[in-house]
Amino acid sequence: MILNEKSVAEIKKKMVRYPRRKSARLPAITVAYRQEGHLHGELYREISQIIEIPVIDIATAASFYTMFPKEPVGKFLIQVCHNISCALLGADSLIGYLEEKLGIKKGETTEDDMFTLISVECLGGCTAAPMMQINDEFYENLTHEKVDKILEDLRNKA
Amino acid sequence: MEKKILTKYVDDPNQINIDTYLSHGGYKALEKVLKEMKPPEVIEEVKKSGVRGRGGAGFPAGVKWGFIPKDNPKPRYLVCNGDESEPGTCKDRVLMESDPHSVVEGMAISSYAIGSHLAFIYNRGEFAYPARMMEKAVEEAYEKGYLGKNILGTGYDLDMIVHTGGGAYICGEESSQLNSIEGERGMSRMRPPFPAVAGLYACPTIVNNVETLAAVPFIINNGGDWYASMGTEKSNGTKLFSLSGHVKNPGNYELELGTPLSVLINDLGGGMLDGHKLKAIIPGGSSTPMLLPDQIDVKLDYESLVEAGSMLGSGAVIVIDERTCMVWVAERLIHFYRHESCGKCTPCRDGTGWLEQLISRIERGEGKPGDIEKIESLCGNIMGRTVCPLGDAAVMPIQSSIKLFRDEWEYHIQNKKCMVKSEFAFK
Repeated sequence: MILNEKSVAEIKKKMVRYPRRKSARLPAITVAYRQEGHLHGELYREISQIIEIPVIDIATAASFYTMFPKEPVGKFLIQVCHNISCALLGADSLIGYLEEKLGIKKGETTEDDMFTLISVECLGGCTAAPMMQINDEFYENLTHEKVDKILEDLRNKA
Repeated sequence: MEKKILTKYVDDPNQINIDTYLSHGGYKALEKVLKEMKPPEVIEEVKKSGVRGRGGAGFPAGVKWGFIPKDNPKPRYLVCNGDESEPGTCKDRVLMESDPHSVVEGMAISSYAIGSHLAFIYNRGEFAYPARMMEKAVEEAYEKGYLGKNILGTGYDLDMIVHTGGGAYICGEESSQLNSIEGERGMSRMRPPFPAVAGLYACPTIVNNVETLAAVPFIINNGGDWYASMGTEKSNGTKLFSLSGHVKNPGNYELELGTPLSVLINDLGGGMLDGHKLKAIIPGGSSTPMLLPDQIDVKLDYESLVEAGSMLGSGAVIVIDERTCMVWVAERLIHFYRHESCGKCTPCRDGTGWLEQLISRIERGEGKPGDIEKIESLCGNIMGRTVCPLGDAAVMPIQSSIKLFRDEWEYHIQNKKCMVKSEFAFK
């Protein structure tokens, strides 16, 4: 099993609350993603065994939802909002700055597998633009100084 | 200026705790309906308030509740739509993360009103923090007996599930949201039947926006007439507005409906950023048609914005200044709608893709004579011809951009570059 005991227990706990088991798909996929950082076939098989529905139904659902990477990503997945409110306040230059700081292009992962940089659609941080999400956390009202500190803190944390 | 009703306590960091919420009069409305009111009386009070769907459609909530068939023996469900994804909008998030119990209480009252014993809050996947706050609130409400079996000894049972999404804008559309809760791909459903008749698991279901449901406890505590006394004749109450873009003080502001847009942008928002000149305003989320500077005194209510050629939508006001190329704006928006189209129906799936190709090539300086007419024709073939409103949402800002700024689009094609270069540096 790739899914650890905690994840399995969490999926089972969520599963029993729904009137129908198939509803546990998205919660289970979310738990698997949080543990592994990206989704793949082996995880779908394990989820399918836990909630007892065909593996194809797990894969079909998972492939629809773009929040879950389907390929390996760095330890920290940096998602910069490039939609209108953030773009008006410099999202493109923020992406450029991150590319420069990390030495990678958008869509790439640093050689040490620490950071993956992508841009995404509106994250709902519009009044605090420009903003980005790293793993589960939002970072808002970004400035050069703030970005420098965030990256430094994450490197130290790793 | 601001009229803080739903957002009265959002700046108090303790408001997320049930004890603080209770000390501010929390769960009194729930107790009142369970002990003193029958479900039809609750629906009547909400109808009287005139509160309308705050997610964007503006449909009266009480009327929607009344659509549940009385003779259907199946279970009924309430779904609170917290999939907030319309670009520019971040107001439900404030309620979910800073006053989650108000959402839980509003949901509990509404569930009682429609006869539901299981309610879902659909929290957009990226909102990990708001989801944690909602889960904490639900747990606390169970512990204190405001959820679960035999609530406050009244015999009414209600369970509540916090369901998180997976980053799909379309799941904010109610029928797609129901598919998503069922664990399916979040694709829209044909209507009829409407969710009130056959929704989640083919059972009668009511889907309401977070802000709509959060208003319900206030309506119960103070009466529908009190709520209806705020706002305009047809747009009652207050509404949260997310102000973003080129303004000095962006933020979420709660205003009485009917407040002039200029009050939001100039008085509360502090006016234009760095003294730049106003060029356009998107008043209700990225899908709503744009307004011009001379319309800044328009009143922020459902009717006035329709009259002005746009919509109140989700209340997300995006301010755009003179440094901005409107083709560039259109490209950002169509890229979004193309990305978020669920792919179920052809006009939206293919149409948004073709629109993106055409608009991107104009923006790149590769536009050809006739491209604008092609875009207009495509827009006309999408508008009103799709299963759900995503197609319309994609088209409206494009149509309005071409209508209001046609000279810029033509300049772009003729000169193979922007009339104004949108180069925005972050600080």
